Amino acid sequence: MLPLRNGAWKWLAVAGMMMAILSGCEPVKMGVLNPKGPVAQKQYDLIIWSVVLMSVILIVVFVLFVVILVRFRASKLSKDYEPPDVEGNTFLEIVWTAIPVLIVVALAVPTVTSTFDLEKSPSPNKKPITIEATSAQWKWIFKYPEQGIETVNYLKIPANVPVRFKLSSHDAMNSFWIPELGGQEYTMADMPMFLWLEADKPGKFIGRGNNFSGRDFAKMEFTVEAKKQSDFDSWVDHVKKTAPKQSEKEYKALLKPGTVDLKTYSSYPKSAEVKEPNHGGMEHGGMDMDHSKMKHEDMEGMEDMPGMDHDKN
Amino acid sequence: MGLFNFKMPEHFIIMNNPLIIGAWISIILVSVGIVFFVTKYKKWGYLWREWFTTVDHKKIGVMYILAALLMLFRGGFDAILMRTQLALPDLKVLDAQHYNEIFTTHGTVMILFMAMPFIIGLMNVAVPLQIGARDVAFPVLNAASFWLFFVGAMIFNISFVVGGSPDAGWTNYVPLAGSDLTPGVGINYYLWGLQIAGIGTLATGVNFFVTILKMRAPGMTLLRMPMFTWSTLITSIIIIFAFPVLTVTLAMLTFDRLFGAHFFTIDAGGMPMMWANLFWIWGHPEVYIVILPAFGIFSDVISTFARKRLFGYNAMVISMVAISGLSFIVWVHHFFTMGNGPWINSVFSITTMAIAIPTGVKVFNWLFTMYKGRIETPAPMLWSLAFIPNFLIGGVTGVMLASAPADYQYHNSYFLVSHFHYVLIGGTVFGCLAGMYYWWPKIFDFKINERISKWAFWLFVVGFNLCFVPMYLVGLQGMPRRVYTYGEHMGWTTWNFVETIGAYLMGVGFMLIVWAIIYSILHEKRDRSGDPWNGRTLEWAISSPPPHYNFSRMPSRVTSADPFWDAKKRGETMFDENEPLKPIHMPNNDGMPIVLSGFMFIAGFGFVFEWLLIGFIGLLGVIGSMIWRSFKDYDADHYVQVDEIERDQAELKAALEGRS
Amino acid sequence: MASSSVPKGTPNFPEYQTEEGRLKIFGFWVFLAAEVVLFSTLFATYLVLADRTAGGPTGKELFEVKDFMIETMLLLTSSFTCGLAVLEMRKGNKKGVFIWMIATLAMGLGFLGMEISEFVAYVHEGATLQTSAFLSGFFVLVGTHGAHVTLGVVWISLVLTQVAKRGLTPMTCRKLFIGGLYWHFLDVVWIFIFTAVYLTGLI
Repeated sequence: MLPLRNGAWKWLAVAGMMMAILSGCEPVKMGVLNPKGPVAQKQYDLIIWSVVLMSVILIVVFVLFVVILVRFRASKLSKDYEPPDVEGNTFLEIVWTAIPVLIVVALAVPTVTSTFDLEKSPSPNKKPITIEATSAQWKWIFKYPEQGIETVNYLKIPANVPVRFKLSSHDAMNSFWIPELGGQEYTMADMPMFLWLEADKPGKFIGRGNNFSGRDFAKMEFTVEAKKQSDFDSWVDHVKKTAPKQSEKEYKALLKPGTVDLKTYSSYPKSAEVKEPNHGGMEHGGMDMDHSKMKHEDMEGMEDMPGMDHDKN
Repeated sequence: MGLFNFKMPEHFIIMNNPLIIGAWISIILVSVGIVFFVTKYKKWGYLWREWFTTVDHKKIGVMYILAALLMLFRGGFDAILMRTQLALPDLKVLDAQHYNEIFTTHGTVMILFMAMPFIIGLMNVAVPLQIGARDVAFPVLNAASFWLFFVGAMIFNISFVVGGSPDAGWTNYVPLAGSDLTPGVGINYYLWGLQIAGIGTLATGVNFFVTILKMRAPGMTLLRMPMFTWSTLITSIIIIFAFPVLTVTLAMLTFDRLFGAHFFTIDAGGMPMMWANLFWIWGHPEVYIVILPAFGIFSDVISTFARKRLFGYNAMVISMVAISGLSFIVWVHHFFTMGNGPWINSVFSITTMAIAIPTGVKVFNWLFTMYKGRIETPAPMLWSLAFIPNFLIGGVTGVMLASAPADYQYHNSYFLVSHFHYVLIGGTVFGCLAGMYYWWPKIFDFKINERISKWAFWLFVVGFNLCFVPMYLVGLQGMPRRVYTYGEHMGWTTWNFVETIGAYLMGVGFMLIVWAIIYSILHEKRDRSGDPWNGRTLEWAISSPPPHYNFSRMPSRVTSADPFWDAKKRGETMFDENEPLKPIHMPNNDGMPIVLSGFMFIAGFGFVFEWLLIGFIGLLGVIGSMIWRSFKDYDADHYVQVDEIERDQAELKAALEGRS
Repeated sequence: MASSSVPKGTPNFPEYQTEEGRLKIFGFWVFLAAEVVLFSTLFATYLVLADRTAGGPTGKELFEVKDFMIETMLLLTSSFTCGLAVLEMRKGNKKGVFIWMIATLAMGLGFLGMEISEFVAYVHEGATLQTSAFLSGFFVLVGTHGAHVTLGVVWISLVLTQVAKRGLTPMTCRKLFIGGLYWHFLDVVWIFIFTAVYLTGLI
């Protein structure tokens, strides 16, 4: 009876897990299964589709597994039962090669289309805002180049507006992740990258550094608040009027390893802007790997965008 | 930094924590105890002659497995500490630095110093017997492989008491692991421990590749090899192509850290992303190096205990070849979030998903091996049965992770942690345990106690699922891997507590396995006849334990992939008893491997502390050992004479008759 | 000499005469496959980093055509003499083996001397391992090859002392043959270095 119980037990556990995942909101109140924007929603749909496909495989194999174990246990068979001397079955083997192929195709197609979609603005008709998110040991620095302000360890974005995050790192590699708004991307010192996110409605979320970066990595959590555009604008005005300017010295001090509290600045020094590194010396290095080249082009497009002038009042 | 730099690191002897002081005390007590008892019972000579200088693949295999179990204890202890720290929010069992060191050593130890030696140990134990060989192709090199692995493991393991442990994760990503952000000796320990063990592993790959291709018994064509031998052959090929990449990658970071080179630095043109690429070009094949042999074990065990031929032998071989090929073209899926662009991510998503196809074929073939079989469930079969559903859970979540856009949400979260523990524990660890239970009564003359083992099995498997199912959920809730604590407000508390309970159950399960082994050494019934499971392949055709030359006559009736089973059906043995016994050519014991590895330890230790003079002296010793060996190469073998073989046979006969 | 007992027209491969010899030669080929992977990784790394000079000297500024052409000729010729030595070995001509192998080693040493002076010159020009990613890649790739050549010289010299002591037995022949394989392999690697590093660097 033992292996049957094994199978049955596992069966229950997995059924429970699948139910928990499929029911989405109940046991899992936050995170990936609680999408609050178009990017997270797209990824959520893909995840659910993959769970459905995988459940088919799980159910088929688990049923076969339990049935075979129950049916062909030595203790259940007559003493003189001799297993047949078979070597295989070409037809069956083709069947269970072909079915996984179909399942893989069924998952690969939406995977590829989503991969390309996520490179673009989730709402191409709306004017996006750009925010530079920089990780340093062990804090997050958010610069708003269009507004000229800077926050540390908290982020405010306008709701219903696509946000183009320019991700970079001062030192160790990290990863910028706000599960409710969408998937993450790495922050790296030698290759700034872009990530599109958008919040449907005003709300509060938790974001975090998601790639291990040293001692106080666990503390690299930040709050995200999506505000109505008008509220966001008045917050920006408020910051500009009340928050201190950031000196070059202060910025350098901020980058030193350590944890800091929430901070707000009405400006940041020019030297703090995220720049494209130049590895080649005199001439611009052209031997980067393919993907970084792709991002270089992205980057050049970026410079032509309106609203990039740094407003330093 | 000059040749004569002997600067001591800030903390040479680590004593800053009660846990580490406890470790110091136990290390000293155990070492003194071992030295005392070995001296008291005058066993140094025995150890030197029978174990330290042995070139017998069976003994080397046993040493590998023993070391692997020790490392499983160490890595498991790390895991228990981590789970204790994470049981509830904001606990202070471990501080941030200590936690970071422990998850780093847990991962590194489990993959490189537990899974690898366990697998290689089982290869050593079983493969030459399965193909009817008297040893591996290069027995001395084989011993050197073991001792190099052992030295690598020791170098890595002393880090937590001498100088400080590595703390940048087992993936050791730069720039964090560079000397700017992580000065000190910890990362150097990682680099040298892996480098030395890796050289040993590469030699193992070459050794088994040649052994399997060139030393099979007459009649054993490639498509009549047992599935574990097939998996070893394919694994050897992966090792030969993957491990040199690790060697180079580690060497380059060593140059960065010790000599100020700029391979992976942020400044002077270095390229941190190259580390991630190179690491996983080795690292992904590496996970197949530890899973394919487990597949081989399951194939042999399932067909043995279903009393049926393996279903779809050719498909099993083809799918393993396909998996090994694919394993080299999927590495980018470890960093879909590194900005590779949509084309690259799409291609690697698809190649990764494609691995599910040959793996799926294997799962169905295992199921249909059991279909219409006559299934018995002793310990090796229990672990193999548990493998199928558990590995499947790991496998399907692997396919989910393969979808790049979805991976942006799973990456580096506990969802990923759970996935790779399901495949590595559900696949590799279950496979190693199945293999250990299966071949134990071949290497020794007794089985491991069934009753205790069943308890251990159920505790471990239930604990395993209790520990890792919640990790999928908590991962989807946004919990990242490698955090040393979390806040109550995140809502992860309940699941984390359940995970910790599961981890403790696994710990109890492991201790019961150890107890089952000790109990069986003392009490289990002895049986030298050699075929305790009603086996199907050549290793069961000889006595347990086999004589050191394995086969007194070469097996001569290999007509299928289940030669011994078929011979038994025909009422024959595997051997032509009329063939006269001939003297057997065997290698002599050799002290070079352990001496060379001792010098390697000195070299490694010197370079870890950046004491270059000591490092170079060690390297000179290594080269000197090889030269010394080359000159005494001319007197390195002997013949086992016929009268000795006859004596062994008579002794075996007496033992078997005494039993009945 | 052993060759006199061999019938004319029958190739005599003393290195393959024992089972152990056959296994070791086959094993060495497999090891060379691993070495190919090792050097491929170094080449890939070098090519990725080749333009990352970080303001330091470029290959074009450093490489001297005359020097690396002489290095190349030395190594290519030594591979040829090494092949002659193995042919003499198969004829059982110990003296021929010594003549050609010592010529091989001399050219190997010449190559190493030139490479070391090349490295020293670069360092004097301020081009060191620490200067840039390009130079890190250069020194480690070319240096790894140089270390292999050094090992080859030491190894073949030791095998020659064994041949001097024991004559051309199946075992010493196997060792000579494997040493020769290794030497040819290093020559092939050098051809790639010559093309991918030096010639490409001039452009």
